[in-house]
Amino acid sequence: MLNNQEATLADNKGKGVPLVRPSRLKWKDWLAVVPFFLAIFLLLIVPSLYLFFGSLQDAQGNFTLANIRSLFSDPLIATAYANSIRISIVTAVVGGILGFLMAYAVTVGGLPRGVRAGLVTFAGVASNYGAVPLAFLFINTLGRTGLMTAFISLMFGLNLYDDLNFNLYSFWGVSITYLYFQLPLMILITIPILEGLKKEWREACESLGANNFTYWVRVAFPILLPSLLGTMLLLFGNSFGAYATAYALTGGLINLATILIGQQIYGDVLHNVGLGYALAVGMVVIMAVTMAVYYFLRRYSERWLQK
Amino acid sequence: MKPKRIWSWLWIIVGGLYFIIPLVATFLFSLQAKKSGPSLVAYQRVFSDPNFYKTFLFSLEMAIITILVSMLLVVPAAYWIRIKLPQLRVLTEFVTMMPFVIPAIVLVFGLIRVYSGPPFYVTNTMTGTNTLLVGAYFIITLPYMYRAVDNGLASINVRSLTEAAQSLGAGWGRILLRIIFPNLRTAILSGALLTVTAVIGEYAIAAFLVGIKAFGPYMNLLGGNRTYESMALAIISFFLAWGLTGMIQFASRGRTEALPSVK
Repeated sequence: MLNNQEATLADNKGKGVPLVRPSRLKWKDWLAVVPFFLAIFLLLIVPSLYLFFGSLQDAQGNFTLANIRSLFSDPLIATAYANSIRISIVTAVVGGILGFLMAYAVTVGGLPRGVRAGLVTFAGVASNYGAVPLAFLFINTLGRTGLMTAFISLMFGLNLYDDLNFNLYSFWGVSITYLYFQLPLMILITIPILEGLKKEWREACESLGANNFTYWVRVAFPILLPSLLGTMLLLFGNSFGAYATAYALTGGLINLATILIGQQIYGDVLHNVGLGYALAVGMVVIMAVTMAVYYFLRRYSERWLQK
Repeated sequence: MKPKRIWSWLWIIVGGLYFIIPLVATFLFSLQAKKSGPSLVAYQRVFSDPNFYKTFLFSLEMAIITILVSMLLVVPAAYWIRIKLPQLRVLTEFVTMMPFVIPAIVLVFGLIRVYSGPPFYVTNTMTGTNTLLVGAYFIITLPYMYRAVDNGLASINVRSLTEAAQSLGAGWGRILLRIIFPNLRTAILSGALLTVTAVIGEYAIAAFLVGIKAFGPYMNLLGGNRTYESMALAIISFFLAWGLTGMIQFASRGRTEALPSVK
């Protein structure tokens, strides 16, 4: 469309004064976007390619696939990936479900408008909250001397740490902390989606004799499912790439893929430079697959949920 | 009350308690710095620590430079792609979303390996390191910034404005400076505030490039050896996040799109 328009303008040259200056694309036109793409190239593409090619080299710089293979066989790395993936799945699923229920409650759930406004504001603040102070919050709540730890021991006579084997600096502790940014993201994305459900669909269902349950199971939920799954994938990626929260919370004691990369930057803990690069590339591959499926699901769900 | 509403309240209360208890716990503990009873001593100590201001201002400065660099790179490119190079749209959307695929820790890993050694040695000087930090922040905030600017361009009639300016004899530089930038001020403001929010307490990248000069690493250090101050800092950060979020919602008139941020 744009090209046609410009072609007409170009054809009019000399017949009057065209408004947009006649322009076939000249090399100069590309110049305006060069700084932008150059910056992205230097700061994003070059480092990514460096890690990628580095992961395919051994210490002597020869081509090898050994690093990629070691990702699956090296116990330290395999555990790091497994922990990262487990935490990401748990926080995506729990955050996804509870976030959906909360978003549901304030949109279609019949709560006063003020609750929705309060929740949206709070979720916005919580999702903007820094990773380091977030770790402090949970140390004060569920740490060994935290408020909830004390409360539970007072109420039920159970020590979270000694009796229930809980540890804030381990899998469940990190998961519970991650939920503090996972839940708000789910809530903020899901509220507009739920508000995109058209009244007509429910009316159509009711006029055909369906009750509320049937409406949700047969109509609303199937429409929502792709975008809910998509958002949960976004949460998965959000948690998979998280470093600062886990580091500030555990001081680097938990073995996650991001934490291991951090240690690899400080000093070659894997004793193999190429393996460190492969570790990073593996993360990017997992993120890329996650985000690709996310975009696919989002495109798919937009067919129904156009605003 | 209808059963549906009881369930709604239940979920809101469960989630609400999860959100509020850690804040209450931290606030209550932050008042216990003195054995004799509740006091605001921890807050006083935070605010009287020169490093608090030094690191905060350093991170704020980095945020502001990032905003300026982003604006200079993103606005002309987004404008030009809209008006002259629509064939680059898909590519641009792809690359501006790439930071979501590359975790911050991976980005800083790659940047350090490429630019701290031969042939660049960027990190040998303070200016070089800070430049790299700004570069990294430009990348991690690119998804917010590009979308804010592109949405802004979509909401004004760029083509008509350009044609009108051209018919009055304005050149491209003048059009950008006098027409496009001023008309994008809302979009630029919301992109700028999102950048400040993302950068001010950022830990992963700052820790590896500049260490405790930046606010995020400073907070982390405080957490390790100053218990009550770190609690006070957590509460202060919360109000900071509250203020920034309020400004973002005001600047974008509630139309902010929820995007994941670097954790």
